[in-house]
Amino acid sequence: MSRRHRTTTQPPWPVAVPAVLALLFLGLPLLALLIRAPWGQLLSVLTSPTSLDALRLSIITATAATVISVIVGVPLAWLLARAIFPGRRFARALVTVPLVLPPVVGGIALLLAFGRRGIVGQYLDQWFGITLPFTTAGVVIAEAFVAMPFLIITVEGALRGLDGRFEDAAATLGASRLTVFRRITLPLIAPSLVAGAVLTFARALGEFGATITFAGNLPGVTQTLPLAVYIGLEGDPSEAIALSLVLLAFSIAVLVLLRDRWLRTGTPT
Amino acid sequence: MNSNALCFNARIERAEFSLEASLTVEPGEIVAVIGPNGAGKSTLLRSISGLVPLTSGSIEIGGVTVDDPAREILSAPEARRVGVVFQDYLLFPHMSVADNIAFGPRAAGVGRRHARELAADWITRLSLTGLADRKPSELSGGQSQRVALARALACDPAVLLLDEPLAALDAGTRIDVRAELREHLASIGIPTLLVTHDPLDALVLAERIVVLEQGRITQEGLALDVARRPATTYVARLLGLNLLPGQADDGHVTLTAGGELHTAQRNVSGAVLVAVRPDAISIHTSPPSGSARNVWRGTVEGVEPIGDRVRVTAAGPPTVMADVTAASVIELQLERGTQVWLSTKATELEVYPAGGTAPQ
Repeated sequence: MSRRHRTTTQPPWPVAVPAVLALLFLGLPLLALLIRAPWGQLLSVLTSPTSLDALRLSIITATAATVISVIVGVPLAWLLARAIFPGRRFARALVTVPLVLPPVVGGIALLLAFGRRGIVGQYLDQWFGITLPFTTAGVVIAEAFVAMPFLIITVEGALRGLDGRFEDAAATLGASRLTVFRRITLPLIAPSLVAGAVLTFARALGEFGATITFAGNLPGVTQTLPLAVYIGLEGDPSEAIALSLVLLAFSIAVLVLLRDRWLRTGTPT
Repeated sequence: MNSNALCFNARIERAEFSLEASLTVEPGEIVAVIGPNGAGKSTLLRSISGLVPLTSGSIEIGGVTVDDPAREILSAPEARRVGVVFQDYLLFPHMSVADNIAFGPRAAGVGRRHARELAADWITRLSLTGLADRKPSELSGGQSQRVALARALACDPAVLLLDEPLAALDAGTRIDVRAELREHLASIGIPTLLVTHDPLDALVLAERIVVLEQGRITQEGLALDVARRPATTYVARLLGLNLLPGQADDGHVTLTAGGELHTAQRNVSGAVLVAVRPDAISIHTSPPSGSARNVWRGTVEGVEPIGDRVRVTAAGPPTVMADVTAASVIELQLERGTQVWLSTKATELEVYPAGGTAPQ
């Protein structure tokens, strides 16, 4: 596919006015963030205990949420793409719900399921003494709930787009199904798996609503970067802006990382 | 029958399609299955390789029954000793040539080093030296095909299946690759079954040809016999022959579609097929005065260049295709609707009993 736009039919010039407005609307806030950033004291702000705690916590929890998503999400994507079972359509719809559900609602739903009085949480508490809300584990759960669909959908799309005849060929060469998955299927969808994992990590890193609802806002325990940004705005705006810059930088890094892979393998052909 | 033969004697029912055939390929024998799209050629190969289960009947590979619904036998593809060269070759794009070839042995539990040695061996045998570390995307069509063949053979299969082995190649390389493939296949020594829609591939590569149409075998025989005496209009058209069914009696054939022909073969009678090459039919704009025994009137229906000749379709009866030179088309002013005389010699007609399968 050509990277160049085919401009044989130029749009009429009045289209440019709203188009430029839209571009400004999307670009100006980011520009403002860059202009007003406390560049001079960036290092000292970012190395403050609150910031460092939030940074460390965010990276740990987003990584954990991504790892969990890969471990259980890839098998689910495999089932959704390949297996025929009753309720498959329903399962696929269910996977997409967290994508459109307001994260706050997700947080409340998590509380009702895994909270101390929740339908599962009460037994976790009674039988194992495990409490999830307002713990770091709770943050991981909130992030995984919101972010896992990105992984599942990306990987499922890749599996559907994969030419199944490669796997047939591997089978005729004597490979068991597990070997086929490990040596053929997985390597062939690897670019999409990486893309899905990066997207999941990015979404987990930015998670706010479900986290604050389910896990609260305890510095060092559940206060991730977005929460620290929000709290910082009330106390120390320069810290909020500095932390926002960190999140912005990461978002841009994700875009750059995924630009090629996303276009090449993210869409099934 | 040799116990190492490939024996297919089965029926496969699918939604809008059924395949029912009986076929044996002896070790060292190369059999080509030709047939139109949707005839069941791929289904045949897929069922032998274990990707499609049988409805009834059985498949035997190297003396082992791999599928037999009545006896509740069904081996998985990975458990069958079948080597497949797929259409488009399906080389694993993320592996080097050597890793592709070593894949089968590795899957069979051969150690990494030994598998690599095996692969190196096949690389030499199939003249792929120097390409071991290439990725499939860096290979030419002919090289890809040899890698696919090496990959299939490295598993030490008991039968070799080739699905349209030349279809992915452009016309230029096709001739060379076909000759190469013929050479490689000749030395394999296991039953080899190849599927193609190109009669030339079948004639060059195989000793025996099986014609499959609409899920049934319509003709089976030595390549040369099938080429000379096609049993169905499909094969006749593939080979570019006129095929006219009729009733023969003492060298005189009354054609089913009307008209009659004199032949030089008096020993055939009853329902027959008459095959005649288009270049054995002459076209004239006045009654011919030559020695041809068969002369009839016709109307030109189509004029179409093929290669350095022009194929003229003339409505009879009998309706036939005749090949003439471009010069004659101009000279005779042939175009749609032109009234012509057609002629052919009695000795040019191949007359044989109708009813399919020629004796071997």
